[in-house]
Amino acid sequence: MTTELTAIADRTSSAPRFPAPSVAGLAGTSCKPQHLQAILAGPKPRGFFEVHAENYMGAGGPPHRALEAIRRDHSISLHGVCMSIGAPQPLDRAHLARFRALVQRYEPALVSEHLAWSTHGNTFFNDLLPLPYTEATLATVCDHLDEAQEAIGRPLLLENPSTYVLYRESSMSETDFIRAVVRRAGCGLLLDVNNVYVSATNHGFSAAQYLADFPLEAVGEIHLAGHAEQTDDEDGPLLIDSHDRPVADAVWALFESVVVRAPAIPTLIEWDGEIPEWSRLQAEAAAAQSILDRAGLDARRSHAA
Amino acid sequence: MQPDLFRTPPAGGDYAAAFSATLLKPGREAPTLICGPAGKAAAKRFAVYRNNVTVSLIDALAAVYPAVQRITGGEFFRAMARFHVRETPPSSPLLFEYGRDFPAFIAHYPYAGAMPWLADVARVERAWLDAYHAADTAPLGASDLARAPSERLPVLVFSPHPTTRLLRSSYAAVTIFAANRTDGPIEEIDASEAEDALITRPDSEVVVRRLAPGQFEFLSALMAGQELGKATEAAIGAHSDFDIGMALMTLIESGACTSATCGENT
Repeated sequence: MTTELTAIADRTSSAPRFPAPSVAGLAGTSCKPQHLQAILAGPKPRGFFEVHAENYMGAGGPPHRALEAIRRDHSISLHGVCMSIGAPQPLDRAHLARFRALVQRYEPALVSEHLAWSTHGNTFFNDLLPLPYTEATLATVCDHLDEAQEAIGRPLLLENPSTYVLYRESSMSETDFIRAVVRRAGCGLLLDVNNVYVSATNHGFSAAQYLADFPLEAVGEIHLAGHAEQTDDEDGPLLIDSHDRPVADAVWALFESVVVRAPAIPTLIEWDGEIPEWSRLQAEAAAAQSILDRAGLDARRSHAA
Repeated sequence: MQPDLFRTPPAGGDYAAAFSATLLKPGREAPTLICGPAGKAAAKRFAVYRNNVTVSLIDALAAVYPAVQRITGGEFFRAMARFHVRETPPSSPLLFEYGRDFPAFIAHYPYAGAMPWLADVARVERAWLDAYHAADTAPLGASDLARAPSERLPVLVFSPHPTTRLLRSSYAAVTIFAANRTDGPIEEIDASEAEDALITRPDSEVVVRRLAPGQFEFLSALMAGQELGKATEAAIGAHSDFDIGMALMTLIESGACTSATCGENT
């Protein structure tokens, strides 16, 4: 899937301004301003960096200079966090135009957004809010994806959400909904394994079953992150998708089970709060890389056998 | 089975309207269209979203206004910001655009009444961030200006640099801003001294300058497209001791404009 997405990007963009090495089978990290000096000064990491698109939607200034510097040496993943694809209201055209400009300027290897909404009416809530899974929302999400993919000239990877509530009106499972979206909108997927674990715990379903039902053949990127633990209204466990600590052991185990089935998917460690030293974040990415490398080796061995 | 499991969804299926109606209203009940697994109650679950929204937007204001936060202390700042977030949530998904109304909110915030200069410090911070994100372009240099024939100087018209902002305060807003954007110790400041500010970013660093008497009138006139001669007259009219040489040096050194052309009546 990854190579196919890259090939489509190459056809639609004019002369590339940046190197475009493949990110298949590589682990990357969030790119945080706190780490910029350490990244640029240190040895070149093997993996890629992911940035939140909205942080680079200003006209100019230091953020663009930083991203130019990163992009000169590395592939990037452009991750949108507020397109509001899951909202019933139309997408914000000005926002789509800004997103398109970023894709054209930085030629990212991966482009992703969320199955969620964040704007209602004129208010931006700055959170990834859940939607019910119905025929009506399926049609809206697919329309929005068509429009977004048309605007940026390439397929988007849509990320599965972490959720804390369910909608009474939902008439299908999240995996059924996502499979239908992929089929109808022709998008790729970003599989957030931590989100799967968080939602499975919060709603009492099996994460392994969710992953068995998830269309892995459409996945172009994996996310791993840490979560916090709280309790719900009846003192049951309620996990919060906090991105402020190391990846949990249970999430690593799920990741390994995915990588065995699909060995070369670029994988990103997200860390957005309580940002650690760059070396700590690098160590987390190295752990993911060793799992990817081992699975790649196993896959080649079994292919040769 | 709970009877409200069969409640009809809101008209038009607008879950977003029902979900968001009480997101910023802490005392209200969670919307009835959501639940936990097997129809479980979801008040605490919905509170996670409420908390995410409110805390992340307070954090967004704290990122725009670090000096205001240092002055008031974290607890005061977050309480003040919480009121503002609930009253005026963002309308743009670009959080660096958020908080334009916050200085005006601070000016009327009763608990900040003892700090009448706080709103102006916030205005400097807002202008700082606007300059930070504005478009990059080369400013007019001294050599560019030197090429203009001296008899044409009075009719020169300047184009403002995209990062240029001018602010006028009845208080020492620039000095207070500068002292609170670092971690260093703060010496006593006479807050009652009026200050004018010029904010520019000629290259990668945003620079906030205190302007000499008359320079605010001079630069405001120039940035509004008035000719150099007219702008000088305006400045002298406001301050008879206005120094045009120093003012031109400030104009060039700050990078406040991108080009100069001869005005229409030449």
